[in-house]
Amino acid sequence: MEKLLVLTHVDESGGALTKASLEAVAAGMEIAGALEASVTIGIVGAQTEAAAQQLAGTAARVLAVRGEAFAEARYASDAAACEALVRAVGATLVFAPASARFARVMPGVAYRVGGFTDTHITAVAKGEMQSATLEATRWFYRQRVEAVVRRETRPWFLLLEAGTRAPWESTGDAVAVETVAVELPALRTRVTGVRAPKQGEQTIRPDAKVLFVAGAGWTKKQPDGQVHAAEAETLILNFLRVSDASLGSSKSLVDQSGENQTVLKFLTHLNQIGQTGATPRHPKGLATCCHGEEPHVVGWRFITERRAVSLDPNCGWARGKADVLYVADAFKVIAKVNGLLAERKQANN
Amino acid sequence: MANSFHIVVCASIVPDPLQTLEPAAGTGAPSLKNEIVLPAVLDPWAACALYEAANLAAKHAGSKVWLVSLGPKAKLQQVMMTVAQKVPFELVAIDGPLGGFTDAHSTAAALAETIAAIPGLDRARLLLFGGWESASRGAGVTMQVLGERLGITDQFQGVDQITVHDDGGFEVLERVEGGRHQVSECAGAPAVLGWATGNLAEPRNSPQIGMLNMRGILPALQKAKSVKLEANGLSYVSVSLPRQQRETRVVRDMPEEEIASEIVAWVAE
Repeated sequence: MEKLLVLTHVDESGGALTKASLEAVAAGMEIAGALEASVTIGIVGAQTEAAAQQLAGTAARVLAVRGEAFAEARYASDAAACEALVRAVGATLVFAPASARFARVMPGVAYRVGGFTDTHITAVAKGEMQSATLEATRWFYRQRVEAVVRRETRPWFLLLEAGTRAPWESTGDAVAVETVAVELPALRTRVTGVRAPKQGEQTIRPDAKVLFVAGAGWTKKQPDGQVHAAEAETLILNFLRVSDASLGSSKSLVDQSGENQTVLKFLTHLNQIGQTGATPRHPKGLATCCHGEEPHVVGWRFITERRAVSLDPNCGWARGKADVLYVADAFKVIAKVNGLLAERKQANN
Repeated sequence: MANSFHIVVCASIVPDPLQTLEPAAGTGAPSLKNEIVLPAVLDPWAACALYEAANLAAKHAGSKVWLVSLGPKAKLQQVMMTVAQKVPFELVAIDGPLGGFTDAHSTAAALAETIAAIPGLDRARLLLFGGWESASRGAGVTMQVLGERLGITDQFQGVDQITVHDDGGFEVLERVEGGRHQVSECAGAPAVLGWATGNLAEPRNSPQIGMLNMRGILPALQKAKSVKLEANGLSYVSVSLPRQQRETRVVRDMPEEEIASEIVAWVAE
């Protein structure tokens, strides 16, 4: 029988589990039922009692590694904590959220306990061919090839992508937590804080309903023969303010900032989506002034509803990839969109 | 030497991102159709790591950069013709399979064995660089396991910046959720840094650097050790391309006001 351990960690507030952790818990509960596996949930954090109550209703054994050393997302301490939890359970399967914190350490933890890791898992299911066999779906070649994999070796660590299932919702009685002791190695790294990019304001919002994708067309010559980068900046930032959208950008536009070409000053590589950038998950996406073919479009592979504004009706970004393509000047359209959204926002206030 | 580093950059080669990819099922792990003839490039994130390594080495006298790359010798040679012109490094080649369907733990084992055998490498001054993920397997596993195998437990992933202090310690900026960076202070080498894009532009080609690098590259390719990568129990149930094709409604000749109203209604739904 498989022994499933779901590893979780607390969020920055220190008092709750991250949403991605709760999604991993939901996945664990579902798979444990399908495989008839035992399930244990491990928590890492400075304080874990309050966070553990979010696991009410799982009826799972809950273990915790806690203490000030685990307030920081640091490789040496997190790896020691996760290793201790895996060993305490004797886990054969380990689910964990693919957060920055756990993606950093989980492969190393797997190596320490003689296991193997697969990451960016978007789905897990009981295999149809063999009973009691887990199968996992993930992408290769930057979201261009999809595969379903199995592992015969154990323990098998799976890092689950955030946003691929609903988080666990607690129900029922209080949760009892067992503490697992950890012997820490000498710590040579100290986390000193979190820094937002120097871009004036926050433009990346992972929980936003809409992803606004800015393409290189914003910095190209317009019908009057001039570049209107300043106007483009104002329009895009205004759109983000009135719509609370997150901002993504094509590689070509981000790269321009490193090549001394006309740039949108608030863009950094963190905004980049696609082949060498992120593939964010949002319910809706609006692409503007983007161009390019299939390899570039992976940036919005995980966007559910997609619309595009482009002057090119045959744009590879849009044809066959977007639900709606507006053949129009994005400068004019977004200016009017901003006006309408601002009116709507004001009315709602 | 104060604050000098031995920087080992691990970089695979991947198909040029502009190529059309089609998976092909085989008897073992799958592969890409015509993989061996697809034009290849140095993995983009690993290339960023290489440029950052060269930049760091240039700032700290006595530092040295090795580029450790696993791939078919002929492909490595082809890619090195371009890469060699970018920044100074010493190539350590490993003759092995190409592609994203191999197991990351096996790759890490092959790399660890090779790096441990590099003559003159000072492990106390070692900074192990690489991309935080590759553009082929894209797992984000190899660097961590490699670090563990070499006994390095100060590890950073999604790195965009390293700033070395006078005492040999350094500040690292790692990408975390929400488009932000986690800031850490590390006491110094050895450490593992899996790079995201960093902040440097791609260096211009330099024929002089190319000539110097090529003197070492051809001998390194000739003595490249062959490795076979174990599957470690990994098998593929299916491999496919996403076939999702949307029926795009193309809207022409609609006034901007109407388009804006439609978009606003859609955003607000």
